[in-house]
Amino acid sequence: MRREPPRRIADYAPLAFPAAMLVLFFVIPFSTMIAVSFFRRQQGGFYTPDFVLDNYGRFLSAFFGGVLGFSLMLAIMVAVICVAIAFPFTYLLTKSSRRVQIVWLVCLLSILSLSEVIIGFAWSTLFSRTAGITNLLVAVGLMAEPQALLPGFGAVLTAMTYQAMPYTILVLYPALVRLDPTLLEAARTLGASPLRGFFDIIVPALRNTIMATLIMVFVFALGSYLLPQILGRPQHWTLSVHITDQAIYQSNMPFAAAMAVFLVLISLALVGLTLLVGSRREVT
Amino acid sequence: MTEIRKKGVSRRTVLASGLAGAGLLAMPAILRAQERSLKVGVYGGYFKDSFDKNIFPEFTKASGIAVESVAEPTGEAWLVQLEQAARAGQAPADLSMMSQVAMLKGQATDLWAPLDLSKMPNSANLLDRFVSKYPDGRVAGIGAVAWYITLVTNTQVYPEAPESWAALWDPANKDRLGLLALVSNSFLLEVTAKTFMGGTDALDTEEGQLKAFEKLAEVKPNVRLWYRDEAQFEQALKSGEIPMGQYYHDVTGLAAADGHPVRSTFPKEGGILDSGSWALSRASQKAEEAHVFIDYMSQPAIQALMSRKVGTAPTVKRELLDLTDEEFAAVASDIEPIIPRYDLYQTKSDWLNQKWTEMIAG
Repeated sequence: MRREPPRRIADYAPLAFPAAMLVLFFVIPFSTMIAVSFFRRQQGGFYTPDFVLDNYGRFLSAFFGGVLGFSLMLAIMVAVICVAIAFPFTYLLTKSSRRVQIVWLVCLLSILSLSEVIIGFAWSTLFSRTAGITNLLVAVGLMAEPQALLPGFGAVLTAMTYQAMPYTILVLYPALVRLDPTLLEAARTLGASPLRGFFDIIVPALRNTIMATLIMVFVFALGSYLLPQILGRPQHWTLSVHITDQAIYQSNMPFAAAMAVFLVLISLALVGLTLLVGSRREVT
Repeated sequence: MTEIRKKGVSRRTVLASGLAGAGLLAMPAILRAQERSLKVGVYGGYFKDSFDKNIFPEFTKASGIAVESVAEPTGEAWLVQLEQAARAGQAPADLSMMSQVAMLKGQATDLWAPLDLSKMPNSANLLDRFVSKYPDGRVAGIGAVAWYITLVTNTQVYPEAPESWAALWDPANKDRLGLLALVSNSFLLEVTAKTFMGGTDALDTEEGQLKAFEKLAEVKPNVRLWYRDEAQFEQALKSGEIPMGQYYHDVTGLAAADGHPVRSTFPKEGGILDSGSWALSRASQKAEEAHVFIDYMSQPAIQALMSRKVGTAPTVKRELLDLTDEEFAAVASDIEPIIPRYDLYQTKSDWLNQKWTEMIAG
């Protein structure tokens, strides 16, 4: 079936519904947020409509710069670790039997049904001194006495990676399943080892998929606010935690909105930069 | 069929009578909706459970007004929701139990509908400090319950109860404390001032506040958890994972009564006395019922019942209560309490919040 290019206005009609939804659920709330970020904060109260830059001014400090830097670093680390683990895993998964694949995918999907709260509290129990995994290590004789593994950066990173892993695998899976097996066969015939074939053939062939997955996990991890709070110390609180603090506990909507707008802009800029670098490389 | 046609019953008539019949059937639902009811917000968890079990059914029996309790999050999170809803003319709860900082913030935007003391004769039983007023004298809220934030410990880790808030600063307690994460609900500046600076008056000046921050920063190495969510700390305290910290006297008492190895101690500098007031959202349509409810809750007998069942400190005068000295000691203390500097959290809230955040997260 050949698709006709739309000619009349009526041909665009199917677009109307998604467009309306996008306006209703994205454009309007986001515009409201941008508007609120310029409102005047009433200390000890709420806010009044106005046009002031104070909210952005307050954000431009070494303290919040540090928080922003930490949040970006954390999100990038989660993205890189997720892809580094998930890519070889998914590749091996696509090579296994249909039955094994189904079992794995069902298990992964079931992780998605867990809320962030449950994941957070589950890991905080696993990392605790009184009931955590170190007790197992003591029982086996690998450790002298149980230790608390939280709060700390490692705990935050582990839980966030755990949370993002199913998404990563599910995004990589279709691309890896569709990968032409003859590519690797050709490489093997020409004498490449399996490892070399994987890194020299499969990874480059899926460079765009890997890039897209990295960006998706990065954006996903950037919004995390519960896990850093449950598993980290205050210096591990991401910008999202501080946004929540301002919005929910300080009732400072304008400042919270300004921080959120800033976060969106920075992440859009980073994603744009990544795509730009990617496309440049393609040209050369 | 011909019969019907002869009598002149049209399809339209049949439809209309059908609709009327359906309407009749639906009548009980409409009647039920007219029964008097009230949505009351109280803090979720132990607190709401005790109210649901011991207090609200009694009120419904006495007044015929059904209570639908709403679990509210601590303090200001609920304030934001109430405020946003009121702007849209909605009231997620008619009456809410609000902490004092939230009361003041709500007053700033006229969120609370003024209450009429003459409709609540029992409000005369209250201690003066538990009647919140707008600057122009209108009544914004009536003290519901008072509670203490005290020094809590796990009895297995600490066989001896600590005596002073200074225990928080003790280097021996490195990485063992759980403290509230916000300047406006932990009241740790007041604790610092009372313990080391001779009283909360030391916080009158910015210089004094900065000094308190400096002293408080010394606690940081001892703190394992800065909690926003009470459940997070309560669990860790019970298991001994985080064996010391600040927590609510009433809830700790309930947990101890359930057999958990925890205790609440009034330090010699006093516990932090905070209170919750009943406040009526301006978007509520149930002012009449709300007054009946507040009046009921202000009776000495009900206040005593709450002290016994929920573990809160009463807001009415001590001499009106039939609590024994022992019962009173279980919910309160004769040690002069630390009264939070609520005024600061209104006039300097952003500055204090910024300094606080930089201190704990910096």
